[in-house]
Amino acid sequence: MSHIHDHNHPHDHTEPPEDIELRVKALESLLLEKGLVDPAALEALIDTYEHKVGPRNGAQVVARAWSDPQYRRRLLEDGTAAIAELGFSGVQGEDMRVVENSAQVHNVTVCTLCSCYPWPTLGLPPAWYKSAPYRSRIVIDPRGVLAEFGLTIPADKEVRVWDSSAELRYLVLPERPAGTDGWSEAQLAELVTRDSMIGTGLPKAPGAAA
Amino acid sequence: MNGIHDLGGAHGHGPIAAEIDEPVFHHDWERRVFPLFASLYVGGYFNVDEFRHTIERMDPAHYLQSSYYEHWLHAFETILLEKGVISAAELRGTATPTASAQPATVLTADMVEAVVLGGASARAAEDVPGRFKVGDRVRTKNLNPATHIRLPRYARDKVGSIEIVHGAFAFPDSMAHGQGEQPQQVYAVRFSAEELWGVAGPDTVCIDLWDSYLEAA
Repeated sequence: MSHIHDHNHPHDHTEPPEDIELRVKALESLLLEKGLVDPAALEALIDTYEHKVGPRNGAQVVARAWSDPQYRRRLLEDGTAAIAELGFSGVQGEDMRVVENSAQVHNVTVCTLCSCYPWPTLGLPPAWYKSAPYRSRIVIDPRGVLAEFGLTIPADKEVRVWDSSAELRYLVLPERPAGTDGWSEAQLAELVTRDSMIGTGLPKAPGAAA
Repeated sequence: MNGIHDLGGAHGHGPIAAEIDEPVFHHDWERRVFPLFASLYVGGYFNVDEFRHTIERMDPAHYLQSSYYEHWLHAFETILLEKGVISAAELRGTATPTASAQPATVLTADMVEAVVLGGASARAAEDVPGRFKVGDRVRTKNLNPATHIRLPRYARDKVGSIEIVHGAFAFPDSMAHGQGEQPQQVYAVRFSAEELWGVAGPDTVCIDLWDSYLEAA
């Protein structure tokens, strides 16, 4: 299993040196004093990404694709336009590509060179997605990494890793869980996890939905 | 450049540390750093390729020891200093800040929603023809410039096939160095794990690559 822990324990990722807060304050104060940034804009940006953008957006896209075969087709043909139909677009999702899991292929995404991630549909990336362990290992040992997330892919099924080295941003369309016939889009969206749209997880099983 | 950022395939970095109910920001200073990107980008102080290349130029040990948002902070400080937008004395607080020499575009709160939803696509305004089509076999070149490049080291001099033709996009290798967009076709190129790592089995890696990184195979 992965090293899952809560916030009462030290993180595996590196803690910043003591003076980082002072460095940030110095730069921010200087930019404000020089009039190069607007404090109200800074607050608006923080609010957007803390409260308005996140993986529930992507879950709506997936639930729509599971419910509407014509939407699914549009989503796979032109991800950017189909995602924009639901009102999600813009920074770090300007050009979207949706890749569909099937009986033959399990997709998983990474950015080995930096930490590119589809912000409009998934929000800002979790720390592990940006970390050296994930970025180094998922391309060379995808099955080992997926096993740490509790995911075992059959030996004869292709694990297809998408390294987003250009300006395309990838979203995984997971397979619709069995036993959800007749479910509404809102019910289906509850099954869609962030990790299932990265490819390091699967949607929740119907019985497990809260 | 063959920098520390190019992590694909490296060993020894340890297990994945996934967190339950991870907050968007772990520290308040990360929350302060984050919105500077959009503000300074709209101000025209850098493009995304310059930004990435500035992070790639970090001291390798410091890169691995510092978190994502410290990379951002390093990039802001470095770019603004290198371009003379701020001075080291101003940043240290030993000189009184002077007004910007050039009139600056300032991202104001009323612009934020349009900027966020509009973004800044790197797709070229006009299509540029490419040399390859879906299914073509290609070999990546063995390119090792000291400058910015988006061909990961683990995929150099490897044979794959064109999976998707994405269209024409600005070329990061020129964008990062003040040489303009020079747009090219971008392709998702699919490589077998056997080709990349010498491991048999069904697994593959698809990497988005610009036309000039490739030759027919």
